[in-house]
Amino acid sequence: MSNLYTVSPSPHIYSDDTTRKIMYRVVYAMIPALLWSVFVLGVDALRVTLIAIVACLAFEYIIQKYLMKVKPSITDGSALITGILLAFNVPSGIPWWIIVIGALAAIGIGKLSFGGLGGNIFNPALVGRVFLLISFPVQMTSWPATRQSATDALTTATPLGIIKEGLVNGTPIAQISKDLPSATDMLLGNIGGSLGEISALFLIVGGLYMLIRKVITWHIPVSVIVSVAAIAAIFWLVDPQNYINPLYHILSGGLMLGAIFMATDMVTSPMTPKGQIIYGVGIGVITISIRLFGAYPEGISFAILIMNAFTPLINTYIKPKRFGGN
Amino acid sequence: MLKTFKKGGVHPPENKLSAGNPIEVLPLPASVFIPVAQHIGAPATPVVQRGDQVKTGQIIAKSSSFVSTNIHSSVSGKVKKVDFQADSSGYPKQGILIDVEGDEWVEDIDRTEELKKEFDLEGAEIIKKIQEAGIVGLGGATFPTHVKLVPPKGMKAEVLLINGVECEPYLTSDHRLMLEKADEILVGIQLLKKAMNVEKAVIGIENNKADAIQLLSQKSKEYEGIDIAVLKVKYPQGGEKQLIKAVTGREVPSGGLPIAVGAVVSNVGTAFAVYEAIQKNKPLFERVVTITGKGVAKPSNFRVRMGTPTSALVEATGGLPEDTGKIISGGPMMGRAIASLDVPVTKGTSGILLMKKEESKREEVIACIRCSRCVSACPMGLEPYLLMTLAEKQIFDRSEDNKIMDCIECGSCSYTCPSSRPLLDYIRFGKGKVGEIIRSRKK
Repeated sequence: MSNLYTVSPSPHIYSDDTTRKIMYRVVYAMIPALLWSVFVLGVDALRVTLIAIVACLAFEYIIQKYLMKVKPSITDGSALITGILLAFNVPSGIPWWIIVIGALAAIGIGKLSFGGLGGNIFNPALVGRVFLLISFPVQMTSWPATRQSATDALTTATPLGIIKEGLVNGTPIAQISKDLPSATDMLLGNIGGSLGEISALFLIVGGLYMLIRKVITWHIPVSVIVSVAAIAAIFWLVDPQNYINPLYHILSGGLMLGAIFMATDMVTSPMTPKGQIIYGVGIGVITISIRLFGAYPEGISFAILIMNAFTPLINTYIKPKRFGGN
Repeated sequence: MLKTFKKGGVHPPENKLSAGNPIEVLPLPASVFIPVAQHIGAPATPVVQRGDQVKTGQIIAKSSSFVSTNIHSSVSGKVKKVDFQADSSGYPKQGILIDVEGDEWVEDIDRTEELKKEFDLEGAEIIKKIQEAGIVGLGGATFPTHVKLVPPKGMKAEVLLINGVECEPYLTSDHRLMLEKADEILVGIQLLKKAMNVEKAVIGIENNKADAIQLLSQKSKEYEGIDIAVLKVKYPQGGEKQLIKAVTGREVPSGGLPIAVGAVVSNVGTAFAVYEAIQKNKPLFERVVTITGKGVAKPSNFRVRMGTPTSALVEATGGLPEDTGKIISGGPMMGRAIASLDVPVTKGTSGILLMKKEESKREEVIACIRCSRCVSACPMGLEPYLLMTLAEKQIFDRSEDNKIMDCIECGSCSYTCPSSRPLLDYIRFGKGKVGEIIRSRKK
């Protein structure tokens, strides 16, 4: 018999789940929130998203092919996710060239300078967003009004922006509350904000899909949201004159987007459930601290990036419970 | 709530293609090559020479130390030579080549099918007979059974666990044996209990074998002190430590033996071999082997004499499928890929799996995205991604600190990795090196 057989060590069978399938599941999970944004913010939302995707894929291809001289991996889905997340993190009216700069920061600095997929310490989309927020603070905080909003104004403020400005000017909470949208509007996403962050409801729908398809576990989103809610609730209960109802902290701003889609990035979050809870609580604490005491009305992007930096440390010290260990 | 082990595990497609096919007797091959090392421990020493006439059941190689076993001829005929041939490890191993002539058994073996329930032997006598009969763990580990039955000083066995889990996909030899030889297995268990001086035995069976659970639950009522534990289907539940955890809730300490938590584990096949050795005077020279695969015309279970070449099994199921790409001795999770059909069936061969070409190749390896599936899948609570990186970078002190030696090589990590990373390959390399370092430290 002259046949040659494959000889390799066990195991000889593999689960049919692949990294690419996981990546595309994340993409599917973002579609409800994207469709909602197009619905309330108009074609601009789609324009920004497409520019971000094309720019991210193009930078990934160009840098890998010509600078790193490796086989481009643009079909693995990871740059696609970065593109969509970057778009989700900017106002829908932003000029195209700012998005392109953001994409370069995200892919070039955030991802490929660390060696590419799996090597990066920080969430690439957030690197892009924070880069833009610091470089173009005006453009990054001009939120177009939703088409459903009651006023004829072209731009609007985010609920957290309204609260922060009011408190800085010494306006009592009771007064500020009159300018704030209803809880229903915040849940559904009929408020000002970055393109993909406005609808808490559709982000949760996407999160549930990822949970069911086992892309993420509950540990990170729940620990982030619960810790933000708990701390906001304590301040509100103690001093309701100066602190807003925690509902605003949960339903508005980038909390849902960050907790569900960005803090859960596998590459930059801890490996064990216990580590993930520490990481999630860390994000929650930093987020609410920035929101309550910082200069920015919003803090989750910074919080996630800071905790990304702690991830290797968490992985070193928080070990799974060993079988037969003490 | 079905019992199972808590941490990790995977559930590959079960593919028990041959589960419905009764055990058949494989026709005798023209010649057999019987390796003298079919067990963990020292190889046996050949006691026959070229030209000797041997009978079926006759000792042809003698146990050379305490952790070793006798090897018996599985056929009658003439010793052609004492030679070297590759076994499932791929390395040439010493063995005895015998040309088959007829089938004349050693006189005192009882060849009838009659069930013999009664016995009046003392524990030590049972252990002695088990040792003489060359019995080893038939689940695949092939550790000499008589060694396991004598606990180290200061330790006491409390419970005998019988492994009827058969968690490897495809394999059905234990399942068939439980259905067809239930009484014999139960008597074998009573013998093992007597040998160990324990009151209680529990047979662990996964609930994908409802017929075996029903049969054994009913039959075990006639025997004292045998319970059935129905387990949820989860790989690697047939692993000794996982089975103990699933049935008793106890965790064998890191680096320790099952006896540290009062347990001894034996396979159902081993219990059957013990029955045959003691009640029928029949040494271990044949076993049940599953031969299966998606391309196999008739996936079957055979009673096979040791030393039979794999090719004889393949022919009996309708020949080698055209597109066979890989031949595995054992199951798909922990079995060994063999390079040739000449490899003989030995005491540890639970099955032969023929995989198609398209199933045989690995996927392209891509970057680790730290999805942590390997960490969730590891039944030992290890971090395979980390152990792989440490082995790759040859950082062996940290590998040891991260409990690389606890790895049971079940393959759940590699199975589950969405980036097709060769986690277990690197961990094996790391284990080898760390093992060397630990041994050199003791010197």
